Amino acid sequence: MSVEPMADGHSLMPLVPNKRNWRKTIARQKYLILMVITFVVWVIIFRYVPLWGWLMAFQDYKPWKSIADQQWVGLKQFIELFKDVDFYRSMRNTLAMSFLGLAFGFPIPIMLALLINEIKHPRFKRTVQTISYLPHFVSWVVIASIVFRVLSPLGIVNEVLIRLGIIDNAIAFMGEPAYFWWIVVFTDLWKEMGWNSIVYLAAMAGVSPELHEAAIIDGAGRFKRMWYVTIPGIMPTIVVLLVLSIGNIINIGFERQFLLRTASTRDVADVIDLYILNYGIGTGRFSFGTAAGVFKSVVSLSLLSIANWLSRRTTGYKVI
Amino acid sequence: MKRRSVADWTFEIANHLIMLFVIVITLYPFLHVLALSLNDPMDTVRGGISIFPRRFTLINYRETLNYQQIPWATFITIMRTGIGTFAGVLSSAIVAYVISRKDFLFRKLVTVMFVATMYVGGGLIPDFMLVRHLKLMNNFWVYILPGLISPFNVIVIRSYMDSSIPDELGESAMVDGANDLIIFWKIVLPLCLPVIAVICLFVAVGHWNSWFDTYLYCSGNPRLTTLQFELQKIMTSAQTTSTVDYYSFLDPLRQIKVTPESLRMAMTIIVTLPILFVYPFVQKYFIHGLTIGAVKGS
Repeated sequence: MSVEPMADGHSLMPLVPNKRNWRKTIARQKYLILMVITFVVWVIIFRYVPLWGWLMAFQDYKPWKSIADQQWVGLKQFIELFKDVDFYRSMRNTLAMSFLGLAFGFPIPIMLALLINEIKHPRFKRTVQTISYLPHFVSWVVIASIVFRVLSPLGIVNEVLIRLGIIDNAIAFMGEPAYFWWIVVFTDLWKEMGWNSIVYLAAMAGVSPELHEAAIIDGAGRFKRMWYVTIPGIMPTIVVLLVLSIGNIINIGFERQFLLRTASTRDVADVIDLYILNYGIGTGRFSFGTAAGVFKSVVSLSLLSIANWLSRRTTGYKVI
Repeated sequence: MKRRSVADWTFEIANHLIMLFVIVITLYPFLHVLALSLNDPMDTVRGGISIFPRRFTLINYRETLNYQQIPWATFITIMRTGIGTFAGVLSSAIVAYVISRKDFLFRKLVTVMFVATMYVGGGLIPDFMLVRHLKLMNNFWVYILPGLISPFNVIVIRSYMDSSIPDELGESAMVDGANDLIIFWKIVLPLCLPVIAVICLFVAVGHWNSWFDTYLYCSGNPRLTTLQFELQKIMTSAQTTSTVDYYSFLDPLRQIKVTPESLRMAMTIIVTLPILFVYPFVQKYFIHGLTIGAVKGS
C-alpha cells in the first residue's frame, strides 16, 4: 500500500479526498475495478433495466412499436386492474394461502427446533435433522409428482382411509377445490419445515449454557426452561423472520399453485403471479401485466416497512 | 446422578415418537414412489404397493430413458448445471471479494447496487421483455445469464471473507508485489473453499431443479429442454388428457408395456437421484463450513 499508516494508526489520507488522490486511488485499484466492472454492467442490465420497464405500466405497450412511439395512458391500466373480478379472486387466493401458510409454516419449525434441541443422543439428533431437510433440496416438480400420486383416488392416502373405514369411496383430492389451499399449505410445510428449523437450532446453540444451569439450580423443569430461557434466547431470530415473512405475504410465488392445480381447481389456485403470467404473457397485455406487477411490488415494500416499523416500536429489533 | 422424574421420562418417550413420526412422513413418500417405479406397471394398477415392489422390474426405467427427449434433456440439464454453477459462483466470489476490501473506492456504491436488488425487482413481465429484447429467447444462455449472481450468496461469501481472512494477509502479499487479481485467485479463493463448496452445491441444486425458465423462455426449442421440464410436461399431459390419450406419449410403433403413471414414477426418481447422491456432501460441508468459519474467526 502506498498510503502509510502513521504512528497513531491514522492514515495520511486527507478526510476530503482531492482530485489527485482520487486519480491515484483509481490507478492503484485498477484491478479491483476491472474485476467488478463486468458484474456492475450485469446488475444494471438484468436488475435495473427491468425496473425502468415499470414505465410500461403507464403506457399502452405494443411490441411492434418502438419505445418512443408508445402511447401514454396514465393510470388506465391500474383502473382496469382494480375493476377486474379475476384480480380480486387472485388476491383472495394469494392472501388465503399466505395466511394459512404463515399460521402453520411459521410456528411449526420453531416447535420442531425446540423438540430437536431436546434430543440427547447426538447421532439420533443428526439423523433427524438430515432427514428432515431432505425435501428442501428436491424440486417442486418432483414434489408435485409425488403429491399427485399419493393423493390420487388409487393412492396410498385413499387406500389407508378406506381400510381404516373412515371413508367408503375414494376421494379425488386433487380435483376438489375445497382441499386445494390445504394441500398447498401442508405440502409446503412438509417440504420446508426441517430446513426452516435450522436457523432456530443455530440460534439455540448460541444460548449460553450457564443460563440453563442457573435455571436448573432454581428448580426450573424442562418446559419452564424452554419457555423462559430458550425462547427468549431465540426471540431476535423469530422477530427477524416474522418481519420478513410479513413482507413476503404477497410474494408467495406461483410454482406450487402452477404445479399442483388441475382444471377443476383453477378458481382457487390462481394467485397474483399466475394472474400476471396469464394476462401479461399469455394474452400479450404486457402493460396490464406490468401494472399488476408494480402494484404487487408496492404492496410488498409497504408491508415490509410496516412490519419493520412495528417490530422496532414493540421489541426494539430492526431488520432493515 | 439424580434419578429422572416420571414427567421427564414421558417427555423423552413422546419426543422420540414425534421424531420417528417426522422421519416416517418425510421418507415414506419417496420410498413409495421408488417402489412404484420398480414395480411391474400392470401389477401397480391393482394397488396395494407400499414401500417394497411386489413384482420387481426395470422396464419403467428402460422405457423412460428411451423416451423422446430424455437423453437430450439430461445433456442440457448437466450442461446448464455445470456452466451455471461455475460461472455463477466465480462471479459471486469476485463481487464478494471486491466489496470485502475496505479500502476499495467504490465499495459502498457496488454493495448498495447489489443489496438493493434483494428488495425490489422488475417483476415477471419486465424480465420477460428484457430477455426478449436481448434475443435470449430459445437460447441456451438464458439459463445462465439472468440469474448469474444472487446477492444473497455474495453476502454469505463476503461475511466469510470478513470473518476468516485477516486483512494483513492481502496487505503483506501486496508488499511482495502481488496485484489484486493474484491475491484473489491465489490467496483469498483457496481460503474460502469451505463456503465456496456450500454455495456451489446450493447453486447447482437450484440449476438442476429449475424448470420454469425452460417453460417460459425455451419451450419453442425442443433442443433446449431440461429434465424437470420434461417431468412437468408428463405431469400436465397426464392431468389434461383422458386415459386413452395417456399412451400417446409413448412411441406408437412400439408395443406398450408401461403405463404413464409408472413412467412418471421412474422419471421422478431419475430426476431426484442426483440430489440424493449430492446430499450427503451438502450435509457434510454444511456443518464443516460453519465450524471452520467459527474456529478461524476467533
